[in-house]
Amino acid sequence: MKGSLARTLLALALAAVLICIMLVALGASPINVALAFWEGAFGTWLALTDTLTKSTPLLFCGLAIAVAFEGALWNIGADGQLLAGAMSAGALGPMLSAWPHPLAVLAMLLAGAGGGALWGGTAGWLRARRQVNEVISTIMLNFVAAQILSWLVHGPLIERSHAYPISLPIAPAAELRLYFRPSRLNFGMLLAISCAAACYALLYHTEKGLELRAMGRNRRACEFSGINTAELTVCAMALSGALAGLGGATQVTAITHRLYESFSPGWGYEAIAVALIARLNALAMVPSAIVFGALDNGAQAMQRTQGISPVLVQVIEGAVIMVLLALDATGRQGLGRTLKGPMSQAKKATDDVSVESVSQLEAWR
Amino acid sequence: MQAFFTSTIAMATPILLAALGELLVEQSGVLNIGIEGAMLNGAFFAFAATYFSGSRTLGLVAAIGAAATMNALLAALVVNLAVNQVVAGTALDILAAGLTGVLYRWSFGITGKTFTVNPIQPIGLGPLARVPVLGPVLFNQNAIVYGAFMLVPLTGFLLRRTRYGLSIRAAGERPEAAEALGLNVYRLRWEALLLAGGLTGLAGAYLTLAYTNTFVEGISAGRGFVALSVVIVGRWNAYGIAAASLLFGAAMALQFVLQAANSGLPYQLFLALPYALTVIVLATFGGQAKAPSALGQTYVRA
Repeated sequence: MKGSLARTLLALALAAVLICIMLVALGASPINVALAFWEGAFGTWLALTDTLTKSTPLLFCGLAIAVAFEGALWNIGADGQLLAGAMSAGALGPMLSAWPHPLAVLAMLLAGAGGGALWGGTAGWLRARRQVNEVISTIMLNFVAAQILSWLVHGPLIERSHAYPISLPIAPAAELRLYFRPSRLNFGMLLAISCAAACYALLYHTEKGLELRAMGRNRRACEFSGINTAELTVCAMALSGALAGLGGATQVTAITHRLYESFSPGWGYEAIAVALIARLNALAMVPSAIVFGALDNGAQAMQRTQGISPVLVQVIEGAVIMVLLALDATGRQGLGRTLKGPMSQAKKATDDVSVESVSQLEAWR
Repeated sequence: MQAFFTSTIAMATPILLAALGELLVEQSGVLNIGIEGAMLNGAFFAFAATYFSGSRTLGLVAAIGAAATMNALLAALVVNLAVNQVVAGTALDILAAGLTGVLYRWSFGITGKTFTVNPIQPIGLGPLARVPVLGPVLFNQNAIVYGAFMLVPLTGFLLRRTRYGLSIRAAGERPEAAEALGLNVYRLRWEALLLAGGLTGLAGAYLTLAYTNTFVEGISAGRGFVALSVVIVGRWNAYGIAAASLLFGAAMALQFVLQAANSGLPYQLFLALPYALTVIVLATFGGQAKAPSALGQTYVRA
């Protein structure tokens, strides 16, 4: 565990060096950029709370990815699931004007979780029943969700008085009122942190969580020991989608109050980096999401003052993931340990089940 | 109708090129999710090199080099370091989206002005190009299109009828057995990834130098991912892949026809169609029974 934390920090440092080289190549001063970044991400109370606000959807999506990846279900579709949740909440919101405030917010969150669960569960069902590779189905469903969102804000939900397409605002009753004023930081972050705790408890302290993690390590062995992997696949993907959808709904009720085309700047993809940095650990996901929230927030400041485009964040994300993978791999080989965990499960995915793996599973239970 | 067939071929070509590359890679046992990023990288470097040098040949070389570099990076990670193929590929996709965005804004600014290059011109194949309807569709295309479709039998032959193709398939079916027979699985996977990188780069170059004559951020728009599905729908067979590419090309071309027809349906329906179709077709054809047995599994040499 200690080694993995060291490698994580080393990966972040190496990625930072890569970025500095790139900045110099682009003709910017890394020191000025770093200062602007720090000021924008943590420099003031407002900047700090904004960083936390920006990390909220990342935390939800990171948890979504952890739940799926722990079961070796490669859900690349958190972005589409977040949009599905946001769309459910955003479509329901305008109709809730007669509802009491707490119920209206609750309805929004439930709608979001439901929409996300439907989107993720579909991919899970396709994997379990139709053997459709979830990587491809979830990516495709991301594109479909983005087009449905575009249609909603251009069509059924459009508010015509606006110059660009934007949906009707949600009813005031459905707007979240729990903020840490004067910032935009809100109850959403607390909800996300509670979800992180719940996910941790689910994965590490319940039988279902154990089964899911076992499936992520050896699917065939699980089937032989009587675990219904098809059902587990659908449930895990639905839960994963529900978490991402909850993130979308929180964003609608707390921040945007409406839908628009570029609703997600790619949170679902960014969250893959968040989840890997946290080693799929739900509790470590909180600091990891904050690091990336700071990255997003700081990047905007870099753009304002240093003219560095915020797409640089994606370069950082990609570089961090790759450096981390490489370091983990070399660390693993250096220590001479065997491959472990869902990230390396691939090796034995279709192998014959060994007697040991079944008995090991029985021992776990 | 002729316009529909012409754009079907135009839309199918980059998917076909990328899918043929992916076929080689998957037959060698690697699942390359980074294909979307490699294509995007190829599209950008083809455009930038052509714009600044004025030479389309240089653009094509740059595209092939840029995409092959991405695949080499992937090869180092998934072949030599045996990391998870899905995660490494996704990282490449994110990296390429960021890299091309940063480089584009750096070299062309964010003025909103459109920069263009002279597109690759179609070559009419003499009298064949004058055959009504079919002539312009099949025999008045650019060199990349002809090349892509000629690669179909070539790839099929390479994989099914040559010793080298057999070695690649062995690496993807039973790497341990291949290694025991004296084949170098790492080397075969590297070679497949580099070859595929070239093809994927060409697919990207087609987007900027032939299909459009400009670059916009995210121009690949999921075509790499569609190519991944095309390999599955085409059942890991070069001819099946050609047919599937045409099917998806048609789904993409449909949006132009239906929009022109003023059907009253929302345009987003047509934009979503290729992606929705991918899911539906995969769900219908289902199973991955024909997939190489070691596909997506890391192989660590004993």
